Amino acid sequence: MELIKLLGVVIVIVGFALKLDSILIIFLALITTGIVGGLGVEGLLETIGTNFVANRSMAIFIMILLVTGTLERNGLREAAADLIKKVKGATAGKLVCAYGILRGFFGAFNVGFGGVAGFIRPVLLPMAEGAVKNSGHEPTEEHMEDIKGMSSAMENITWFFFQVLFVGGSGGILVQTTLASLGYEVELIDLAMQEIPVALIALVVACVYFLMKDKKLTKKYYGSSTGKNGRK
Amino acid sequence: MSNLKFIQVSDAFNANGLNIVWIIVGLITIYAGIKNLLDEENPSRVGTAIFWCSFGVVCAFGSWLPAKVSGVLVIIMCLPPIFKKVKVGKTNAPTKEFSRAQYEKIGMKIFIPAFSVAVFSLAFAFFANISSMIAITFGVALAIVILMLYSAKENKPQVFLQDSERFLSIMGPLCMLPQLLGCLGGVFTAAGVGDVIADLVGKIVPKGNVTVGIIIFAVGMVLFTMIMGNAFAAITVMTVGIGAPFVLEYGANPVVIGMLALTCGYCGTLCTPMAANFNIVPVAILNMKDRWGVIKNQVVVAAIMLVVQIGFMIALK
Repeated sequence: MELIKLLGVVIVIVGFALKLDSILIIFLALITTGIVGGLGVEGLLETIGTNFVANRSMAIFIMILLVTGTLERNGLREAAADLIKKVKGATAGKLVCAYGILRGFFGAFNVGFGGVAGFIRPVLLPMAEGAVKNSGHEPTEEHMEDIKGMSSAMENITWFFFQVLFVGGSGGILVQTTLASLGYEVELIDLAMQEIPVALIALVVACVYFLMKDKKLTKKYYGSSTGKNGRK
Repeated sequence: MSNLKFIQVSDAFNANGLNIVWIIVGLITIYAGIKNLLDEENPSRVGTAIFWCSFGVVCAFGSWLPAKVSGVLVIIMCLPPIFKKVKVGKTNAPTKEFSRAQYEKIGMKIFIPAFSVAVFSLAFAFFANISSMIAITFGVALAIVILMLYSAKENKPQVFLQDSERFLSIMGPLCMLPQLLGCLGGVFTAAGVGDVIADLVGKIVPKGNVTVGIIIFAVGMVLFTMIMGNAFAAITVMTVGIGAPFVLEYGANPVVIGMLALTCGYCGTLCTPMAANFNIVPVAILNMKDRWGVIKNQVVVAAIMLVVQIGFMIALK
């Protein structure tokens, strides 16, 4: 009965779907697969040890943490906020895009600004609200809800597609080691190169989509008039 | 790439250098363990210390430990997080006023050390055959030196160590997830899980049509990721079970197929509430009324990107 070997996969799927603790899920899947796959206790321990040590590259982020926190301590977030402030004729949509470009570019260099809790809520949203007011409108609750959604979406999209450009990021290393276990040797830099066009397209698609969406929303919530004289 | 690499180092340099890299990483982690063990504000001192220290030991000495011993240490490492015994202790986060003052002193020059890590790893990847991990270490060392030059009084050596412990604790045990998943992929392969999945899929889909194989691999990544909420968990199973037997075996380029499959999985992450950290937690942080408010803004982009990526994979196979 070969199908029993899939028990570990079933545990992973069901476990994540039930939102059990991720480490518990993988732990159970490891042990179950070891048993049903006939590895035996010693074989399982040896396979786990060998693979964990072979996957040490993914722990390189700990080396980078040596500077991450201290960069923040020395005003990295403030510098990023200042850069976004320089956007001309800022609207909420443009600010979201400016953040996306900055986030994507720095994401490729493995530099973050604190994400939704650390940057979007305390820095970006007040700026966006200010931009709506500057164009002569009183921000409605619905519009702010959409801006929150767009900002978080931009954060996710740019982070996902640009972090894979960093040579030594965990995504690329996971692909490299998975391929290596199947007998395909690939280099991290080549993996990262494949993603450059994909990441740029993702950024452009997201920016165009959110700019169009914000324009439409502005029209919907505040009427067709824009600019300083558009106050109702 | 290899024809560009005019700086050649010996294999011994890479091997020794890598061992030093892992010892440094291991020592940082062991420091986090000991710091928390001595920290009376940490509600779970022993569990937290066991987790970080056993991880640090595998990391630092994995090259020399017998595989079985490393395996046992990995099992020990998993226990404290499973029993929720890894906690955050006293932190030394900088105040807003402090980092504002530092920004006024340093200004936009702060981006120079921020870039140095990636610039080093890129430069070395292009021009030398030095391991990326060693290049990253050089980049980190340079960034530390620059930060110390900017502000010697505030950025003392122990500040870097304390800040890295602070971030390690914020990330918590889940930061080991990719490594554990990589480990799981290896165990799946060793147990022959991939062959079983390949047999199953092969009963429905004929082998040999690489284009169909690519589409199934990509869409499978999206669906699998949506169910599990984690593209890293999906990529190991899917590559072993579908990517290799249905696509790579027929000579498709593993660099393109393997890498883009992961970002196809990200299209799934963008569309699922199972990826709570990305799609549900922000709803709470930003006080949004609509639980689906983040996902709704991502679906269109994810769909376009999936089509684009499948196109790329087919064109570049």
